[in-house]
Amino acid sequence: MSRTWLSIVATVALTSACARRPAGPAEPQPKAFGAAVVSVSGEKQAAGVGAQLDQPVVVQVNDAKGTAVAGALVRFTGAGGVGFQPDHGLTGADGQFTTNVGLGSASGWYRIVATTQDSTGKAAEVQIDEVALGYQERLGQKLNEIHCIRCHDSESTAERVSNHDNLEAKPHAFTDGAILNPMSDAALIAMIGHGGAALNKSAEMPPYANTLTRVEIEALVAYLRAVADPPYRPQGIFYASN
Amino acid sequence: MNLRQKIGAAWRLLFGESARAFGTLSVVLLALLAIVPAKDHFREWLRYQKQYLGLVRGRSDATSLTRRFQGGLQQTWLPALDVVDRCTTCHAALKEATLIDVKQQPFRPHPAIPHNLTEFGCVICHRGQGAATSVEEAHRSTKSWEEPILPARYMEASCGQCHLDRLTGTPLLNQGRRTLAQYGCVRCHVIRTPDGIAMTGADDPPSLEHIAEKTSREWIAAWLKNPQAYAGSATMPNFQLPDEDIRDISAFLIAQSTPYLKGGSPVPVPTAAPDDAAAVQQGASLYGESFCASCHATQNAAGTLVGGTLGPELTRVGSKVKPAWLAEWLRDPKTYDPETAMPHYRLDAKQLGLLMGFLESKTDSDFLGSAHPDAPTKPQIEHGQKLVIERGCAACHEINGIKRPDDFAPELTLVGSRPLAKILFAPGVPHTLADYIGAKIRQPRSFGNSLKMPQYTLAPQQVDALETALLAQTERAQTLPASLRVVAQGPSNYRAAGKAGQLMDDMRCLSCHAINGRGGVMAPELTWEGSSVQRTWLVNFLKNPNTLRPALIRRMPKFYMTDAEANTLADYIATVYQTPDFDRDGPDAAHAGSSDVEHGKELFYGKYACQSCHIVDPDKDKGYIGPTLTQAGVRLNAAWVFHWLKNAQSLRPGTLELVWKMSDDDARAITAFLMAQKAAPPKGGPQK
Repeated sequence: MSRTWLSIVATVALTSACARRPAGPAEPQPKAFGAAVVSVSGEKQAAGVGAQLDQPVVVQVNDAKGTAVAGALVRFTGAGGVGFQPDHGLTGADGQFTTNVGLGSASGWYRIVATTQDSTGKAAEVQIDEVALGYQERLGQKLNEIHCIRCHDSESTAERVSNHDNLEAKPHAFTDGAILNPMSDAALIAMIGHGGAALNKSAEMPPYANTLTRVEIEALVAYLRAVADPPYRPQGIFYASN
Repeated sequence: MNLRQKIGAAWRLLFGESARAFGTLSVVLLALLAIVPAKDHFREWLRYQKQYLGLVRGRSDATSLTRRFQGGLQQTWLPALDVVDRCTTCHAALKEATLIDVKQQPFRPHPAIPHNLTEFGCVICHRGQGAATSVEEAHRSTKSWEEPILPARYMEASCGQCHLDRLTGTPLLNQGRRTLAQYGCVRCHVIRTPDGIAMTGADDPPSLEHIAEKTSREWIAAWLKNPQAYAGSATMPNFQLPDEDIRDISAFLIAQSTPYLKGGSPVPVPTAAPDDAAAVQQGASLYGESFCASCHATQNAAGTLVGGTLGPELTRVGSKVKPAWLAEWLRDPKTYDPETAMPHYRLDAKQLGLLMGFLESKTDSDFLGSAHPDAPTKPQIEHGQKLVIERGCAACHEINGIKRPDDFAPELTLVGSRPLAKILFAPGVPHTLADYIGAKIRQPRSFGNSLKMPQYTLAPQQVDALETALLAQTERAQTLPASLRVVAQGPSNYRAAGKAGQLMDDMRCLSCHAINGRGGVMAPELTWEGSSVQRTWLVNFLKNPNTLRPALIRRMPKFYMTDAEANTLADYIATVYQTPDFDRDGPDAAHAGSSDVEHGKELFYGKYACQSCHIVDPDKDKGYIGPTLTQAGVRLNAAWVFHWLKNAQSLRPGTLELVWKMSDDDARAITAFLMAQKAAPPKGGPQK
């Protein structure tokens, strides 16, 4: 008799524990499954710390043949205080899912992950990197937009015609980590301040030492370090004993 | 044994004799004395300090890090700033640049900022409770402390407490303040910056005193229903009015309108535009040649907005304006609106007709719909007037018989310090000040349908910017020492004098150019233009502005001015707008023999690589950034070029040209080379 009572109590306790989980907004049920998720746009943007990225991040779910899948469930996750609006949902008719990303409050690279599951429950994911800029880097970003971007960015926009292709020595993009990471801060500051000619490079890079202050030149270096791809890793300090 | 006996036995056991009592009391006293050291030992910040020492132990510079570490409670006390910050007790590594790789709080070093941490402390920028020594009390809002840490995304708000000017490093704050002025927020809400000056609107809401001359009641109704349906870039918000209210307001606005032309136009203007396709095409060409698109945007076939933002968008202007009004407006905009930024083009009757035809062809039948409201009744008009007063329309627009309301909406001077206890949160809004302000801006009516604040159409980034600008309006900003304040340089009230001044006012030069601290930013600053250019060139340029910069998108319009007008302007500019720093015509270091030309050419192409940005030889050079210099010898004065090469920023602050600080010899040689560039001006009109 007591054993019967015990089993009833246990069953009630278990079901009530299970029933509590779906509380809150209802989870969307996937209507279809894909085999892969790929990034469409919104990768490698730079914005201020804690700020929302200017452009939304768009990913697409594909099946094994590479055809877009509508109605697949996509979930975004990210460490370090990254926020998503919304953080999960179903792909639209074009197989794409769009979310607005708010960065964390520390400067540096943020890796966000978009995940989807195939019909067997196996997860497929894509990693997307974004950059958060602190005060100094943001100042550098703005100075770049005034003084540097017309030559150093080969892309033109509706409001800005690029001068990149008019130059004999093609300027390096500030994101070109492969070239810029091996250069020391001192070398970059000298390059911006004294110009290319003083360092046996092209005179087409003019000297900015009299135009920009030391603080501004350092901010520019901080900015190009922040957006360097592959990411820049500082050398650190070397001590004689080590 | 009852309870009384039990107590009696325990009493005897503990205090039965004096030795027992002494022992017991000693133990109790010891326990009491141990409470304080124990509490002390388990304090949160001690734990963090121990963690920090553990963190640095394994590092290569552990010795110097440990030596610089100071244990115990740390405090930054700045009586002048009312700062008592103990944050550095746990945030021990704020100044340790070598810990740059540490991502774990509270041990991250502070990122580089332009201020010294010991001079300003922490809470001025980060807010929170500086004197607190527990994580909860320092960072979050508690019952006795309402100001939590400011989220990083609004960090620039803190700069705005002292910096009332536009800092390059605070783009979001600058955008927010600009948006407050451009979207008319400051026309209803009084917002005073800490120096006591009220912000003023930078938008130009039109007067409605003569609106019936300009447009129809149908258009007013459709516009009130949804201004963004007429122009996506319209800054007028949506008041979400019911249809009856729209009917009555539009009836009232038409009824209060008065004629603006006393006795008709002073000159005959075309009353109807030629409506054949060829004429519309010619009108489109004239629109392009006159560079209307430098200020006005239109949607292209792909739906993208192309053109400037100084004037209203013209995509559907044909559905809005009446032909007679349009003709008079194009003839001289000042007749209708004396304060307009639009210049007075000298168009002849044929040009007027062509432009009218083109603009009237830009219609959108979907926007107006097919509704034709019945003739208004008197009660409807009266109700409309009541609604116009209630909704505060006159805070922005001039309307006959209605006074501009004062203090129409709550003052926002201290909104960044508003106590949470005094805020009514809408359901679902997190209880922080930033979230409250954001929700108010995004969905004002979610706080109650009876609220008057209209619905704005803003991008998420604009909302962030507005929140940042509003969060800068703190009580602390008012109490910080005035010596810390960096005040914005307001515009001067400069006006050019005499006949030339009248012409410059007529053609609204200052809508785009700034002179002596007043004017727009779209075109070059002209304060020292008389030292810069040669008079003959200037006359030709004013009559036929050809483009100097190949990559320029917004260009100087052609006003079709007469010879006499161009000469008057050129005389004035050449005589008055001269820098006191050097004599344009006198003997100057700049004047040199022709032998320098070849040397100057070598310097131009070699040492200074000027061809990166400028074109001297159109077949060879490609530089797209600076002005083309093929005509430098007939355009510029030698003394100007010489001093420009030395320090261009002192002649035209903000120019993209570098400060070269060239030696006299180099500057003289390049000047000679440039002054030898006298190519013939391009034939015909301005190139497209």
